[in-house]
Amino acid sequence: MTVRTLGRGVAVVGAGMSKFGAFPGRSTRDLFVDAFKEMRSSVDLGLDPEVIEALYVGNYSSDLFEGQGHTAPIMADWVGLTPRPATRIEDACASSGVAFREGLIAVASGMYDIVLVGGIEKMTDLPTERVTDTLATAGDAIYEIPAGFTFPGFYAAMATAYMNRYGATPETFMRVGIKNHENGALNSKAQFGSRIADIMESKKKRAADKGRPVPEWADELAFLEDERANPTISWPMRLFDCSPISDGAAALLLVAEDIADRFTDRPLHVIGTGQASDAALHDRPDPTSIRAARLAADQAFTMAGIGRDAVDVAEVHDCFTIAEVIATEDLGFFPTGEGWKAVEDGRTARTGPRPINTSGGLKSKGHPVGASGAGQVVEIWKQLRGEAGDRQIPDAAIGLTHNVGGTGQTCVVHIFERRDQ
Amino acid sequence: MREFNGTSFYEYLGESKLMGSRCESCGTLYVPPRPLCPSCYGETLAWEEMSGRGRLVAFTTVHIAPTAMIEAGYGRDNPYCVGIVELDEGPEISGQIVGVDATRPGDIRVGTPLRATYVKRGDGSFLGFESA
Repeated sequence: MTVRTLGRGVAVVGAGMSKFGAFPGRSTRDLFVDAFKEMRSSVDLGLDPEVIEALYVGNYSSDLFEGQGHTAPIMADWVGLTPRPATRIEDACASSGVAFREGLIAVASGMYDIVLVGGIEKMTDLPTERVTDTLATAGDAIYEIPAGFTFPGFYAAMATAYMNRYGATPETFMRVGIKNHENGALNSKAQFGSRIADIMESKKKRAADKGRPVPEWADELAFLEDERANPTISWPMRLFDCSPISDGAAALLLVAEDIADRFTDRPLHVIGTGQASDAALHDRPDPTSIRAARLAADQAFTMAGIGRDAVDVAEVHDCFTIAEVIATEDLGFFPTGEGWKAVEDGRTARTGPRPINTSGGLKSKGHPVGASGAGQVVEIWKQLRGEAGDRQIPDAAIGLTHNVGGTGQTCVVHIFERRDQ
Repeated sequence: MREFNGTSFYEYLGESKLMGSRCESCGTLYVPPRPLCPSCYGETLAWEEMSGRGRLVAFTTVHIAPTAMIEAGYGRDNPYCVGIVELDEGPEISGQIVGVDATRPGDIRVGTPLRATYVKRGDGSFLGFESA
């Protein structure tokens, strides 16, 4: 593999996001303004937006979700950045992870010193079946979708292949959801700010209030195994295995490393980047792994010159619970076929040796698809700067983001480092 | 000769033929058919009919269905099975898996031998597989 390096160092000096959730009456531009304002207030020494030279914004499908194409200039206009170049990046659910990489490359090239990277999506205006159709366009519209595949369906098929080969069960995947909801309950930006135990209790209370029989679930797993409480979407993926339909935006300020001190004395240095593409799921040799993720991770770790054990905290693309298990193997955190055991042993818990998705992940935080990659960087920003509150990983110095488009036709990985001054 | 594309692939399915294309330079077989060989960049390919036999590699039963499958009568209470099938000739392809009880996914087995069938839905003919 060719070892690639950046032309010059690049740092993140500001990061913000809107709340993720369902916001009737609010469009992507409203959400992007929220993210921009929080990003601006996060810049320790203040930001005059006039210094920003270009905008790269990830957006999967405002065209179909909200009837709006050509979104990048609108986002630029709404935050006062026109006439600067504004470019939309579309790589399905990896759109803003890739937008981040394009912004990084633009600054590393010397073309710009200061760029804004954004991610936006507004999904909740459409009824569920049309959201299902829109997400399915990230698959192969000629050969996969006519067969009957949906997005939950693709990942569910990966799950059946994984269970068959390695012995995981649907219960394994439920434990990923329980963990990510535990983390999301500590994140004020999360769509689901509650643990599954809390959701279970509130359903019991609602039944009691309405004079209906109160369900007797012994624990969270019993709740998740109840088809009425947790219906199957695409077996073995049930409702609580799937990230939600979400609205949201995120914004990140990238600058050349040598001017980072104009903005903060606590920048995040981007020390590794990797990206790869791949064919449709049926055209790949192994549905239990995402080959593009393995390649992107290898590129990023090689550029960073660090090993897997150096990573303190990672945000991985858990669009479905099976995806998190596969991600932790593809990133090299666990041997192939053993990611599910790590979940069962609690090793990926916030308090475990390999914390995964402290933000709540896409599962609990929400998955406004074009905003998710940039949203992952917001969590790493908070963790590495010690600003993650109750979900803080002590002394986190190196963080990683892993953002997948489609079923793995795109994957982009970034590694960040806080260097103590 | 028909162009190596999706239109031709589905025309052949309408004639109950599962067709791929083979690169005349390096011999790699593609199902679905490709007009350019991504392995060796060969530009000369030839149609080849598949036996239709294969085995199930991955599957799911879909309860939250897309619009096209809802129109075909599927949905929450009437799930369907879709999967990836490895053909005896080597390539893998997506298809609806018919003749299985999609309400009992735990009984459907990866590795099950299958043979191609042709599923009529709306005006189209789509690829399906059933137990061999």
